[in-house]
Amino acid sequence: MMRRPPNGAAALPYLLILPTLFFVVVFTLWPLIRVIYDSLFVENQAVQVPQFAGLENFLALFMSSAFRDVLYNTLIYVVITVPASTLFALSLALMLNREFKTRGLFRLAFFYPSMLPMVSAATIFLFMYTPGYGLINVFLSFFGVADQNWLGTPSLALPALMILGIWKQTGFYMIFFLAGLQGLPHDIFESARLDGASTLQSIRYITMPLLMGTTLFVTTIAVVNAFETVDQVYIMTSGGPVNSTSMLLFNMYETLFNYLDIGKASAMSVILIAMLLIFTTINFINTERNATYE
Amino acid sequence: MNKRRFSLKFRLSTLWLFALGVLALGWTVPILWTLAVSIHSPDEPLSVANLWWGSHPTFSNYSQAFDIAPFAQYYLNTVLITLGILVVQLITICLAGYAFARFKFRGQNILFFLIMLQMMVPSSALIVPNYATIHALGVFDTLFAVMLPSFGSAFGTFLMRQTFKQIPRELDDAAKMDGANWLQTLWNVYIPPARPALIAFALSSISFHWNDFLWPLIVTNSPASRPLTVGLAVLTQLGEIGAQWPLVTAGTLIVVGPLLVIFLIFQRQFIDSFLHSGLK
Repeated sequence: MMRRPPNGAAALPYLLILPTLFFVVVFTLWPLIRVIYDSLFVENQAVQVPQFAGLENFLALFMSSAFRDVLYNTLIYVVITVPASTLFALSLALMLNREFKTRGLFRLAFFYPSMLPMVSAATIFLFMYTPGYGLINVFLSFFGVADQNWLGTPSLALPALMILGIWKQTGFYMIFFLAGLQGLPHDIFESARLDGASTLQSIRYITMPLLMGTTLFVTTIAVVNAFETVDQVYIMTSGGPVNSTSMLLFNMYETLFNYLDIGKASAMSVILIAMLLIFTTINFINTERNATYE
Repeated sequence: MNKRRFSLKFRLSTLWLFALGVLALGWTVPILWTLAVSIHSPDEPLSVANLWWGSHPTFSNYSQAFDIAPFAQYYLNTVLITLGILVVQLITICLAGYAFARFKFRGQNILFFLIMLQMMVPSSALIVPNYATIHALGVFDTLFAVMLPSFGSAFGTFLMRQTFKQIPRELDDAAKMDGANWLQTLWNVYIPPARPALIAFALSSISFHWNDFLWPLIVTNSPASRPLTVGLAVLTQLGEIGAQWPLVTAGTLIVVGPLLVIFLIFQRQFIDSFLHSGLK
């Protein structure tokens, strides 16, 4: 029996999505259009009325060696911390997926940093890296390494931030791998073992391909996280020493609030969004190519 | 032969457990050291020879941190911001998820795509225009300014759409047959089985907004609207306090302590919920 929908029923789905759509339009779509538009204008303290400038902001950024440092720092940070924390998280998950008594404690030890706000974790590591009595220097002195001013040395500051990033995020990614591992069919491993496959072979040829979905998910979050690195830069180094830890988002923040340059800050937003889209797409294609689906 | 294989395997797994133990200890040391130094007397200088809680441990750092920074206010702000966002999000994602899961309407695909754009463009990349919007709306330096951009959630909408789609349509029809309107149907038929997904969404929303820093940093300017993260940053960046580690570590623990304690108590449920929400 077909009934005509009562009056107003046709409008119902639109009313249901209206609140979400409203906030997405106001705080994502409109700003997205606006940031692209603004990036084409010169607007700063010297030029109060926006003037159309085409790609001048982008050209100026790419010509500036300071901004090239920023791009380089961001890319290096992404390219090193994403694979490092993903691989590390996967290894931990493989080890902690076995049954043993203290497993819960181990999971806790690796997971708790992801419960801390990055601002607090950065404050703790600011302390860990203190020259003289900072625990990292004290620990390294047992191996005869001389005292280092980690955050005050250009060649060491970025690696120091990377270590914090890996410490903070690995446990979070580990949880997703653990979830993925629990979803794997048990009998495949059993028959592989009966066929004489070693543990490493099982991991390489069975576990890894089946975990591609999880890996894609984890690396995507990791890439976004790494590109958005800003809290620890603000707390620990303010981009220094000599620009060695300045990354895109921090640089955008500085450009907007310290230099009041809306045109350049908008151009940086566009670059950040473009790089994220490129990286997540490459990551997606790459993972799809290696994936095996049941 | 058999025996040798057994002992080799035993040695390997002991070695493996030992290595893992050392690593886990290394992972835990930062928070343990923070805890120890937070009760280190401020009159005793820290040094390689005096690294932990010192000779007269004291809680005075905590009271001093509370004197310098209005942590109670910051806590209240963070709780209000996090819960305010969550409540609005739960409503908006359930409504939109229901519409996309169970209705056919013109423009459905394009509207869905527009909303999903939010997942592809990180909000931190849009702080420049959003900061201008907050000023234009006249809500700068309010809790509302911190919350507004997060009221709609593409991730939540997507999650609820997937969850609601798995619920048999017959249940929906039966409820309608019994004279239930759409709101009663949504509430009685769709929400109860979606609880695990809603809890998982709530956890990820809470942990994201509890920890968020850059956005509240730029749209707040006074203790009345600052969340904990920004409050802690203000405390550590005060020049004269900078190197007083017992005070700074106490401040850090005031910020992370309650959350860590709650996590320790509920860690089983918490990790399980994350495990189950994982990818599904």
